Amino acid sequence: MQDFEYTAPTSLEGVIGLLSETWGETEIYAGGTDLVTCLKQGLTAPRRVVSLRNVKELKGITILDDSIEIGAATTLTTLLGNAELAKHATALIQAIEGINSKQMINVGTLGGDLCQRPRCWFYRNGYGLFGIEDGKSLIEDGDNRYHAIFGNDGPAKFVSASSTGPALIALGASLIVSGPEGERTIAAWDFFQTPQSESDRETALKSNEVLTKIIIPKNETQSATYEIRHRAGLDWPYVTASVAIGKEGTKVVLGHVAPTPWVSDAAGKALNGRVKKADAEKAGEVAAEGATPLSQNAYKVAMVKTAVKRAVLRATGQEEEA
Amino acid sequence: MSKETRGSDPQGVSRRGFLKGVGAGSAAAGFIGVGENTAQAEGQDAPAIVGPGDGTYTLNIDGESKEVTAEPRATLLDVMRNRLDVTSAKKVCDRGTCGACTIFIDGEPAYACSMLALEAIGHKITTIASLGTPEMMSALQKAFVKHDAQQCGFCTPGFIVAATDLLNKNPNPTREQVRDGLGGNLCRCGTYVGVQEAVLEAAQSMKGGA
Repeated sequence: MQDFEYTAPTSLEGVIGLLSETWGETEIYAGGTDLVTCLKQGLTAPRRVVSLRNVKELKGITILDDSIEIGAATTLTTLLGNAELAKHATALIQAIEGINSKQMINVGTLGGDLCQRPRCWFYRNGYGLFGIEDGKSLIEDGDNRYHAIFGNDGPAKFVSASSTGPALIALGASLIVSGPEGERTIAAWDFFQTPQSESDRETALKSNEVLTKIIIPKNETQSATYEIRHRAGLDWPYVTASVAIGKEGTKVVLGHVAPTPWVSDAAGKALNGRVKKADAEKAGEVAAEGATPLSQNAYKVAMVKTAVKRAVLRATGQEEEA
Repeated sequence: MSKETRGSDPQGVSRRGFLKGVGAGSAAAGFIGVGENTAQAEGQDAPAIVGPGDGTYTLNIDGESKEVTAEPRATLLDVMRNRLDVTSAKKVCDRGTCGACTIFIDGEPAYACSMLALEAIGHKITTIASLGTPEMMSALQKAFVKHDAQQCGFCTPGFIVAATDLLNKNPNPTREQVRDGLGGNLCRCGTYVGVQEAVLEAAQSMKGGA
């Protein structure tokens, strides 16, 4: 790991002033749970690391009349203990519960979960976001068992690693980012993007911007997240589904199947507020339509069907035994 | 990196913005050491700026204040083990997966390998060394011995810290809750059944006032 300059300003303005216009020059340290590993793995070698530890305005949960505002540097453990979130954002809480490591969520932050880099093993071993060696994709002909089954027609075949992204999209959350030109609001869905070149990133965040706030509307929504995973301990799931069933409609968002969280409009429409077991099953089938699995991950298609079905049943109190 | 190279800022980062950033709210003390390698002001929670290169700062580990000189890139685990000879937290995966380095930060378990040491300034760091000694073991430590909850033993300190936290928060856990509650720790020897037995028995013996 290359050494760097460490700074810990006390204001958001101070943080922004220290960030570079060029990716890779500076890095933001929130909880550090991903950044420290990225530094060790040589995935980034910044000249300066800017810590959010002293920026109080980025921490805490504010309950408003019609929304819940979460500071991006709030730890995931803090969110787990919040009764209003348990009520209005059940899918988010269940997604955090899926990160089954107290050590991780005591330090890891909501903003950090959204901004973490992909876990694709080709990426983590130095072959770039697209896993290319000598102009050839290591992913297409290699071990792609954990890779994307949707949105994988371009060079990006990794899956978004965010645990909370799918739930936040299902809940209709918006994100606030701040930079030198001020503040902008981005729908959670628009925050995630699929890189088309190695210089692209996985989110809409610019290198000199800070994700500051996550705003969740307080709708009368029944929501849930269901994860299908190899082991109960700390690991990433194979496939997740977050659903939110409200007056405005039904949203179904898949996780770990595409380079971004993957919204299935068709599954949402198929449900359209109907939540009987047969409807949930049908929604799962619709959600799996159009999947383009790689050579080793067709198993994920079946998991999409089950995850969607079980998320719908979980959201509506009809949970079945796994 | 030499001081000379510090003159060339990362592209797009203005020195003015940099100074503004550090100065705002951190009083004049924040400027101490800009251009030097150490910038921790007396009584401040965290330094305004350190490095590149060594900085000197103080960590509170197991109730003792320990001064250390290290580069910003040093993790808490490496500083404890390599600079301060605090070897009670173990280094195994070094990437926040196995839990062998689990310590308490202000009473909450965390991975020491996945945190820069600088981030731990101003926080109370507690390792397994504070939980008991070979002569005066905690109820949980005794139960680990009794149930053979370790083979090679390298993961054990992390398990003890995590399980101590689990019992603090849930003095009467079910086996399922023990398994879930220790999800952040791995044992490659596979002594999970022994660990579960030990935690369940410790819960019982602690209730009895042992």
